[in-house]
Amino acid sequence: MTTTIDRPGRYGPYGGSFIPETLAPAVAALDDAYRAAQGDQAFWDELNALHQSFSGRPTPLTHARRMSDQLGGAQIYLKREDLAHTGAHKINNALGQGLLARRMGKTRIIAETGAGQHGVATAAVCAMLGMQCIVYMGTEDMERQKPNVFRMRLMGAEVRGVSTGSRTLKDAVNEAMRDWVSNPESYYLLGSALGPHPYPAMVRDFQSVIGRESRAQMLETVGRLPDVVVACVGGGSNAIGMFHGFLADEQVDLRGVEAGGRSAALGEHAARFSGGRPGVFQGTRTYVLQDEDGQIALTHSISAGLDYAAVGPEHAKLHDDERAFYTSASDEQALAAFQALSQLEGILPALESAHAIAEAMRLAPTMRRDQIILVNLSGRGDKDIFTIAGVLGVDV
Amino acid sequence: MTSRIAETFARCKAEGRIALMPYLMVGYPERGSTMALAPALEQAGADLFELGVPFSDPLADGATIQRAAEQSLRNGVRLPDCLRTAADLRAAGLQAPLVMMGYYNPFLQYGIDRLCADAQAAGVDGLIIPDLPPEEAEEASAACQANQLDLICFVAPTTPEPRIRQIAQIASGFIYCVALTGVTGARTELWSGLPDFLARVRQHTDLPLVVGFGISTAAHIRQVGAYADGAIVASALINTLDALAPEAQTAGAAAFVRGLR
Repeated sequence: MTTTIDRPGRYGPYGGSFIPETLAPAVAALDDAYRAAQGDQAFWDELNALHQSFSGRPTPLTHARRMSDQLGGAQIYLKREDLAHTGAHKINNALGQGLLARRMGKTRIIAETGAGQHGVATAAVCAMLGMQCIVYMGTEDMERQKPNVFRMRLMGAEVRGVSTGSRTLKDAVNEAMRDWVSNPESYYLLGSALGPHPYPAMVRDFQSVIGRESRAQMLETVGRLPDVVVACVGGGSNAIGMFHGFLADEQVDLRGVEAGGRSAALGEHAARFSGGRPGVFQGTRTYVLQDEDGQIALTHSISAGLDYAAVGPEHAKLHDDERAFYTSASDEQALAAFQALSQLEGILPALESAHAIAEAMRLAPTMRRDQIILVNLSGRGDKDIFTIAGVLGVDV
Repeated sequence: MTSRIAETFARCKAEGRIALMPYLMVGYPERGSTMALAPALEQAGADLFELGVPFSDPLADGATIQRAAEQSLRNGVRLPDCLRTAADLRAAGLQAPLVMMGYYNPFLQYGIDRLCADAQAAGVDGLIIPDLPPEEAEEASAACQANQLDLICFVAPTTPEPRIRQIAQIASGFIYCVALTGVTGARTELWSGLPDFLARVRQHTDLPLVVGFGISTAAHIRQVGAYADGAIVASALINTLDALAPEAQTAGAAAFVRGLR
């Protein structure tokens, strides 16, 4: 397999552009602008230069020796996106789209955020490029991700709380879309590989730096490709960026890990592939958690960044094609993985990334010691310490 | 056979007036409210109805309709209830065309072919799907056609001329002209560019032009009456209902619609 795209904006039966008419011209203009940028080497040269000087790329590859030894199976390697500027892979996309927005002459940037990582990355890029930044965030997420709310404000972003619906990421996306419908001359800097075309393709392209670097680093430091690649999947941008580096390597087993939450009951998790079915939500056709009537279900995850009812449409295609496999890790398993990585490797993973660690911990003992699991450590866990302290009953 | 929608606009035109199209969220404010409201509003001068199907995530709607949708969902109203309401209204003698407005996912889950067949059987005349642009509407368009339903197309102030022309070519029933760049919701002033926008659309079609979004008062209706064939009043009607005690809502809404003339 070389590509998962049949025609622009389609991933088999998934993807597309389900948007109100008012936005159709803005989305078409974005598509044109992105295609022009794609063919412009100067655009990529500037992005790559900023990746080095601003984001701190390339991020390193770390061999998790103690964790691998303790599990007694496959060797676990970590792609350290947690070491990128602002603490997660989100900067890759925010920087790419920020440069595109500037190229389009945009000065007002709208974004949504769940865990706050995309909001912080966008706030940083807007400050650096001198653009106005408005971030929509569910009030429940603001409560559980307070440090990120403050970080955004420190960088000059205006954070607008969204108290409709479930007061989480999906409601923040609705509100950002409403702002965009009202201000179509603004630039909507969507944070995951979701939404109407061209966002899923564009965000994937900007995140593909993760997979490209990882593949080269594996070959350089270990001399071979990993047997399994694991990434957590909320909207799915870190996973799609990582997977794209290995799609053509058919022997590499790709695994996405969704949020298993508290239980398998609808509303208690965010495992779209096991608990959802195809539908149309927030601009795209994909797997959606919904009730029988097609009302979008509430979701739950200990990690705000995975707490979302739909998955990126390209993942839906990879799932149906069985090129990638999707599992889930529960809140409890993610928490155990968080603690294990912290204590064995001296790395606090984001609770989102801890779901991927949990899957690696489950797989490693079933594999040989000369096999390799590559985990995308998509973000760092400093933002989660209050949530974790709460669960552990510790006063910080 | 001329459709009920076409007949209604022809009659209003012959009478020299703009068609009034109130929006009723099915099951709002109470589960059974629509059964009382629609006949009363028809008596008060409503020419057509937009029947809102509640959805959990109405991203083209402002706070008023979002709240109404949430309440309707809490009242237990789902798409099958909306279809039943349409059938019950017809059985009760309602004559006005019914256009069912809903977001795509509930329609898709119900099954587009099944929805169109059931809607037609229930006496619905058309569908409005705000998150289904023409590029994605192939299936819905075919199913509507097979069941003599109009799939209503939108044009917006942002829609460029060539796209208006394309949309006009595939549109049927009427064209929904979004009266402002934004989400639904009551407004105090109409957008000053509205007459020019409607004139641009008019160049490409003989279909009735219906304006919606922000149309709130009798003065607005008088203004748009100069260049549009119909006007949708949604959030302002919901706000009217909200301001009244439950027992006064039907009469109050009728008085509001009468006052729009």
